Amino acid sequence: MKIQEYTQSKYNFEECMKCTVCTAYCPVLQVNPLFPGPKQCGPDEERLRLKDPYFFNTALKYCMNCKRCEVACPSGVNVAALIQSARIHYDHTPPKVRDRILASTDFMGKMARPVAPVVNAVTGLGITKTVLDATLKIDHRRSFPRYSGSSFTAWLKRHRKEQAAFEEQAAYFHGCYVNYNHPQLGKDLVKVLNALGVGVQLLEKEKCCGIAMIVNGMSARAARNASVNIASIRKAVDKGLKVLSTSSTCVLTLRDEYPELLGIDNDSVREDILLATRFIFERMEAGATLHFRPDYHRRIAYHVPCHLEKLGWGVFSERLLRRIPGVEFTLLDSNCCGIAGTYGFKKENYEAAQNIGAPLFDQIRSVDPEVVACDCETCKWQIEMSTGYPVMNPISILAEALE
Amino acid sequence: MRFDTVIIGGGLAGLTAGIALQREGKSTAIISTGQNALHFFSGSFESVVEKNERMIDFFAKAGIPLHYAPGVRLMPLGSFRPSALCLEDTDIFPTAKVGSKVLIVNFMGYHDFFSTFLAEGLEKEGMQCRIRLLDLPELEPLQRSPGGMRSVQMARILDPIWEKFVQEVRLLIKDEDIVVIPQVFGLKDPSTPGLIREDLPVRAIFAGTLPPSVPGIRTQQLLGRNYERLGGTYLKGDHALRALTKDNRIIGVSTKNLDRHYLKADTFILASGSYFSKGLRSNPFEITEPVFDLDVNYSPERSDWYNPKFAADQPYMHYGVKTDENLHAIKGGTVIQNLYAIGSVMGVSHPRFGFGAGLAIRSAFHVTDQIVQESKV
Ligand SMILES: Cc1cc2nc3c(=O)[nH]c(=O)nc-3n(C[C@H](O)[C@H](O)[C@H](O)COP(=O)(O)OP(=O)(O)OC[C@H]3O[C@@H](n4cnc5c(N)ncnc54)[C@H](O)[C@@H]3O)c2cc1C
Ligand code: SF4
Ligand code: SF4
Repeated sequence: MKIQEYTQSKYNFEECMKCTVCTAYCPVLQVNPLFPGPKQCGPDEERLRLKDPYFFNTALKYCMNCKRCEVACPSGVNVAALIQSARIHYDHTPPKVRDRILASTDFMGKMARPVAPVVNAVTGLGITKTVLDATLKIDHRRSFPRYSGSSFTAWLKRHRKEQAAFEEQAAYFHGCYVNYNHPQLGKDLVKVLNALGVGVQLLEKEKCCGIAMIVNGMSARAARNASVNIASIRKAVDKGLKVLSTSSTCVLTLRDEYPELLGIDNDSVREDILLATRFIFERMEAGATLHFRPDYHRRIAYHVPCHLEKLGWGVFSERLLRRIPGVEFTLLDSNCCGIAGTYGFKKENYEAAQNIGAPLFDQIRSVDPEVVACDCETCKWQIEMSTGYPVMNPISILAEALE
Repeated sequence: MRFDTVIIGGGLAGLTAGIALQREGKSTAIISTGQNALHFFSGSFESVVEKNERMIDFFAKAGIPLHYAPGVRLMPLGSFRPSALCLEDTDIFPTAKVGSKVLIVNFMGYHDFFSTFLAEGLEKEGMQCRIRLLDLPELEPLQRSPGGMRSVQMARILDPIWEKFVQEVRLLIKDEDIVVIPQVFGLKDPSTPGLIREDLPVRAIFAGTLPPSVPGIRTQQLLGRNYERLGGTYLKGDHALRALTKDNRIIGVSTKNLDRHYLKADTFILASGSYFSKGLRSNPFEITEPVFDLDVNYSPERSDWYNPKFAADQPYMHYGVKTDENLHAIKGGTVIQNLYAIGSVMGVSHPRFGFGAGLAIRSAFHVTDQIVQESKV
């Protein structure tokens, strides 16, 4: 018998058996009737788009790339990647000024850092928010991330010598957020890794991972960043280093979005790019120990960010937190917080974002923890703004609990 | 990472096993590629005819009330089928003659509910039927979107306004003694269908829709949540790839997301479902089990696999992985002592454990009982 060679369609879309499971798990579909949903925007319309790009549907912009459809799909269809790649290939409308600004996290950080107190004061003002809302359609109800006066990279460079003294080394992809908004998280990572006998170094060059550019119609710029990052990562990996990140979204982008959406080959280094909690967990499993304060006590509710759920690594952060003596741990139900990076900042998405996050916010209020733990910076903004509960990265909790 | 037991597949069989073991204080992980057959669940636990107190108690503890009443239930296309153990949503009647006059209520623009087939079926049983469409303004945003009028999205809107729905249905009822309603209520809360039933002046029947099944998704969510609250590790969206074997025992499995990080355990349970879930794979020459490459029971003659009559009971559906009588899996003719197979990966039916949900749950109990027993000696 003659049979066709096994073939695999791009993003596995021919495997879709139209079971509709993904539609039940898409957070946007549940709150925004303008969005046709993952099945329709992904595999269903891909058939049409392949025939004629005319069938490209601009409603695809409502997809927030949370990847929940991919986690739910029993057939291994890369639904979110299908949607984002269709946007990249068929949507040629230039990004709005607002989207350019929101996507340029590193540029904005560089500009804002020297004048951080002013920027923080200004973006906190009601009048600024009203102006941003009216001119740029950045929703006025949002609170803005604060900028830090000194960057993480400057701090680490000052400590280069003592870090180099550790026999074992790891490279840190700090990301824009740690560098410009929250250097303390980077310092916390250094503290925890040092306690494990590992020194921290920067990559030769680091650019914004580019996820915000990818979803805001600036994939060419994202690809340039990706090439720089992968080249630097390759150099670090060649020296035998693991490359760590404290942001689940940066990790997902470096590992999966680069090859899937930008066509950047990362095969030889992909397995060496790790979320810091995974690296730490694996070290401890191999026998390393951390010494925790005997008097430490925290009631923690842990939220697994969507992109960490997609990576499948929430279990590492969870297990590390549970290991800290004195931690009362609650795992929050799997829900999206609604922000999805820059998505929730846009005026047209604000309502949807808050509706999506409502079940998570309600659960946090009913658990009433001292602190919410979460590995994503944008979830942190969203949860803090929407619930008033403080949010900490698991790495900062580890650092705080260390002796 | 180490566990007492690692379960491959997070459908009804895998979740039942995981919850049962967690309740016995074991540490377990469930690896599950994606969602599962529960998303098509009618609400009736097929092949459970006896009053199975253990199942009823098991589900009650996870916040899922079941009711037992041997009889028949209404199918989505208007026929009746034997049933005994069901979710609260599903009604069981002693005979197919469930009333004399039936009002079938559907929603404007909802095409996943087969009112006319239902009416034909019920008329065959000697009942008079009337079909009415409700046009609720709350559903209007969904009606405007091509993918909008789907069971789950509708339930999300309808659940908070079920009392209004009941009022509207009251206005439609004339002299009917039965009203048939699509299963689009109770996405989160299993008590909603019961509240609707109590508030209606005549007997209500919830009939199945096209997938996804609202009661099925709710059941999946409640079981998943119960499993996690019991401390189970639910690796959603991950895919078991290969096994590490030593002296005919499984030591660990690798997964797609964890690269070379093996999940290790004393025992392993394969609950990866049938062809639909890719627990079994077929090509024109063979039927295989992809994770452990277990022995699969099938005819070498391909023409035996199927019956050309489309609607006939298809032989290939009965193929599945081979096990010994205690459900240890078999590879290359040898029994693997620390690997079990449960649920529909064994084939659609099993002489001892039945079929459908009955097979999934009974086989899960059978295996977890053994694991608990063995750990005590
Ligand atoms: C459309 C449909 C409707 C049904 N309706 C009913 C009903 O109303 N009542 C009834 O009693 N029975 C029904 N059944 C029968 C149903 O199969 C069983 O009731 C039961 O749900 C099967 O459970 P399971 O756990 O064995 O398999 P599944 O539910 O198929 O779950 C298997 C899981 O394993 C995962 N998996 C597979 N391979 C891997 C891997 N390598 N790594 C990780 N995960 C993996 C799959 O993604 C899937 O999530 C129905 C079946 C189908 C297909
Ligand atoms: S990525 Fe998220 S928002 Fe986009 S279709 Fe999938 S589930 Fe919906
Ligand atoms: S869950 Fe997967 S197979 Fe099912 S409809 Fe969505 S993309 Fe298709």
